[in-house]
Formats: sequence, structure tokens, C-alpha cells
Amino acid sequence: MASETIDIRYVAKLAALALTDDEVETFGRQLSDLLEHVNALSRLDIESVAATAQVVESRNVMREDTPRPCLDRERVLAEAPQRQGAFFRVPRIIAE
Amino acid sequence: MRREHIEKSAAEIAAQVRSGRVSAAEIVEETLAHVDLVDGALGSYLTVLADAARAAAVRVDERVRGGEQLPLAGVPLAVKDNMCLDGTRTTCGSKILERWIAPYTATAVARMLDAGAIAIGKANCDEFAMGSSCENSALGVTRNPYDPARVPGGSSGGSAAAVAAYEAAVGLGSDTGGSIREPGAFCNLVAFKPTYGRVSRYGLIAFASSLDQIGPLTRTVEDAALAYDAMAGYDPMDATSIDRPVEATASALREDLRGLRVGIVREFDTKALGPDLDRIYRQAYGDLERLGAEVVEVSLPTAEYGVATYYLIAPAECSSNLARFDGVRYGLRVEGNDVRAMYDKTRAAGFGPEVKRRILIGTYALSSGYYDAYYVRAQKARTLIARDFAVAFEQCDLIACPAASCPAFQFGAKSDPYSMYLMDYYTIPMSLAGLPALSVPCGWTTPADGNLPMPIGLQLCTPLFGERLLLGAAHAYERATNHAGARQPVLDGVRA
Repeated sequence: MASETIDIRYVAKLAALALTDDEVETFGRQLSDLLEHVNALSRLDIESVAATAQVVESRNVMREDTPRPCLDRERVLAEAPQRQGAFFRVPRIIAE
Repeated sequence: MRREHIEKSAAEIAAQVRSGRVSAAEIVEETLAHVDLVDGALGSYLTVLADAARAAAVRVDERVRGGEQLPLAGVPLAVKDNMCLDGTRTTCGSKILERWIAPYTATAVARMLDAGAIAIGKANCDEFAMGSSCENSALGVTRNPYDPARVPGGSSGGSAAAVAAYEAAVGLGSDTGGSIREPGAFCNLVAFKPTYGRVSRYGLIAFASSLDQIGPLTRTVEDAALAYDAMAGYDPMDATSIDRPVEATASALREDLRGLRVGIVREFDTKALGPDLDRIYRQAYGDLERLGAEVVEVSLPTAEYGVATYYLIAPAECSSNLARFDGVRYGLRVEGNDVRAMYDKTRAAGFGPEVKRRILIGTYALSSGYYDAYYVRAQKARTLIARDFAVAFEQCDLIACPAASCPAFQFGAKSDPYSMYLMDYYTIPMSLAGLPALSVPCGWTTPADGNLPMPIGLQLCTPLFGERLLLGAAHAYERATNHAGARQPVLDGVRA
């Protein structure tokens, strides 16, 4: 297993998380520590083992594509940080 | 302070309400008065639903008068604050949802209410259920009712403290790697995580979807069985909920363990836990044998890799699930120059350190170049751990082992993240394998840094869907030993 310094700023960017310099230092150290511990998994012989995503039987659930009751739009939009009419309002995404 | 009814079990309260000897309204008034008295110091609840509880009690009393046989009539319920309850604040213990009002009710909660239970409040928890002490809640401190200098455990610590302190008779918790069983052990409770998929996750705000499972925290095994019977079963709103008939457990409570084989795990040597815990667990295994079980040694050779496996899989799923908190549709928003800055700043301000740590771990484990080395490897280790249990269960019907490696600890005692992660050493393997497991009180120990005896939990576990056997056996053990009844919470000590 890989054991190398984590580029914590890059990971934070992937995670959409702004970090302070202090957090970069602390989390970087703590993540390296954790990876030391999880590297123990490299001792397991898992070459021919199948991966488990879910422990109990799971299957595709199908239903008719017909309308049915859903959450009330007004109540849901009432919880939005910013709304405009029937929409969630967000900062401009496409430049003018 | 009068606690005429609320120290009784949920089964007793419901029987009294059904018989008309006491009304749900009286139970609710007594509970609210008690919460008012003790919760300022204990901090079990983030939100007390006094008005809603009174209104619900009126409806329950009407249903009782109408002849409905409600299994949980008038039973005061604590709901962990990561479960939605229509019209109530649902925070997950996080600043990012501090003011969010749920627009619907989780299926498990709805089924409890339909059975006659009355939601008294939303209980504190580690932020997004990530932690083992409740110290990661951004919204409040919860204290252990058996020693207010100690943590209640976590992440379902508020639900555990509420039930231990008679602020509710049943607490709903969620367990991802031990978040019901560990606080249950710390607070002298029966704490039960059903088979993965048995109880719907609809309305449970997701942490790690392949592991999360709702279950009850109660003062008796019978109460856990009643709550499970009310909640369990298929729900079309949760694609991972299992569509197969549920067998009632409350009718399967046993008085002995004759004909059962109980496996003791060779790798879980209790000597490593110190002489006191070693003595308590040996006594517990001996009691199981005296109740008629044949005790056999079994092996879980991969279980020691459980924590490492879990701390890749759970953060990976968490990093994906928590991507939805972006300041667009609900919760906190911190404005930025563009949408990207808004995401980054919202999440930086809204999440606490443990949540950020796990998002970062999970994002790293799933990132290009590391996915196979970390995430897939952990998923393969998960297969081996589940396989260990399958082999062990060829030789036994139940497994008995510790629920936690120590009693409730003092605030701040586990400041290093990995030392906190190790708290789930004994509970994680069952979670990874999806198995039903519970903690039942098995003794008391006075920690070296304290002078009050603290409870210890025995963990029992069965194969998938073994709930009837699991609760039945736990009931026999509880009846024969009654460790829970040996002490009372120190509620006088926490009064303001």
C-alpha cells in the first residue's frame, strides 16, 4: 500500500473544503498517522478475495414511472438559504 | 421530585396506559417536569418538544379510549437528532444544520409514534454520528448520568443519557460502527443494533450508507424487543431495506440458554482489558454457561483489522454522502465570490474537525491512484471479516464478547483521533458483517480516575436475521443477573 505524504491541499480541493494553514498542518499529520494504522491491511492476503460493497442481498428496485406524492415544494424551499420563486438561488455559475 | 411512572420500563408504562390506570398525558407531564429539572445539567436533548409531546399524548389517549392496543402507548421517546421528525429542528449535532426544520418524518420514527410512543425531544449526538463520546457535537455537551464528569459515549450519547436518566423510556440511536452499543454500555442500557437493512434508513441523515442502522436503547431487553417489533420491516422508501417477513421478538424472550452454543472469541483476550474487566467478562461467560449454554471457543482471525477497514470504508461513504451539504438547498450558506468559493467556505464554517477529518480521509481513499490501494482493499478485508463470522457460526449460535474496552471515560481523555477510533474495536467487526448485535449490562467497575462505579456491557451477536435468538438470549441473561438494577443514576448530583 502507498505510504507517502498526503497533498492535503489537493484533497481538500477535491472535497470542496477551505482549510486554514493550521488545519492543513494538523489534518495532514493526523491523516498520515491514520494511514500508518490502515496500512496494516497490506498484511492480508486478499489477491483472490471479492470486494464487499453491501452485506445483505440487494437487487434493483423497479416501480411504474407514475406520479406519486412528494415533499411539499413550499416547505422544502422555505429551508433553502436563498430562493427565488420556485427555485434555489445560487451565485452566477456561467460568466456573462 | 415525583417519578411515579417514568422509572418504569416502556412495557410497564404502555400496559398502564392501555389499561387506563394512567393517561399518556400524565406520563408526558411527569417526563417534561423531570426533563426540566435534570436536562440543564445533563444535556441529553438539543430540542425538547414540549408542546408537540402534549398534543401527541392527547391523540394517544384518544386512540387508547377508542380501543386500539398500542404496544408503546404513552412511552416517552428520545429521538437522536440525525433522524427527521416533521416540523422539528434536525441538526445532526452540526452547525451546518443548526436551524434546519425537517419537512418529513423518518420511517423508523413514524412507526414508533404509530405504535403509541411520544417524542419528548431530539437527542444530542456526535456531529453526523461521527464519534464515540458525544464530544464531537457542535451544539452541546452531554454528561453520563452515572458520573457527570464522564462522557455518555457516542455517537448516540444523548439518546443513551436520556434513557438512563429517565428522560425517556426508549431512545432511538443509529449505529454505524458501534454508535448504539458503546453509549448503551457506558450508560447501563440494553443497546441493540439490528441486522443491516432490517430497519428503514429513510429519514436517517446518512453517514455511511452500507453500515448505518437504526436501533433502540432501553432499560430492559423486553423494551428493546417491543421497539424493534414496532420499527422493523420493509420500507419502499429505502432501497436497501430488506423485503422479507419480520418475526416478532417480544414473544421469543427466553428464561434460559439450554440447547444453545455460545462462542467466546479467542482473539478477544479480556486479560488485555485489565483485571477488573477480565473478571467481569469471565463471570459473564460463566453465567451464560450456568444458564444452560454450551460455551465453545471460536476464532475471528481478521477481526483485528476491523478498525483499519472501517476507517477507510466509513469515511469514503461519508465523503460522498456529505457532499450534499453545499449551501444550496438547505442548511448554512456562507457567501463567496463564486459558487465554488461558496461551497468551500460553507463547508469550512459548517463542519467540525472530526467531520472534516473523515471527509478528507474518505476523499483521499477514493481519489484517483489510491482507490484500489485503500478503498477496494478495505472492501476485500470486509469480505474476510464477514467470512470469519460465517465460519465461527458453524460452531455456535451466538457470540459473546466485550462491548467496549473500557467504561465511560472523562471528558477530553481521548484527544488523539485514533485512540477514539479504537473505542469501537469490539463493535466494528459486527457492523462490517451487517450482523445483529447488542450490549446488555454485565457488571460495574470503578475507574482508577474516579470514585463512582461505572457500568460495563456484554456484547452478544448472532448470524444475520437472528434477532429472536439474540433478544431471547439477552433476556435470559438479564433476568438471571440483573446488573442494570444494581445502581441508580446520580440525578441528585446533576441538579442545578
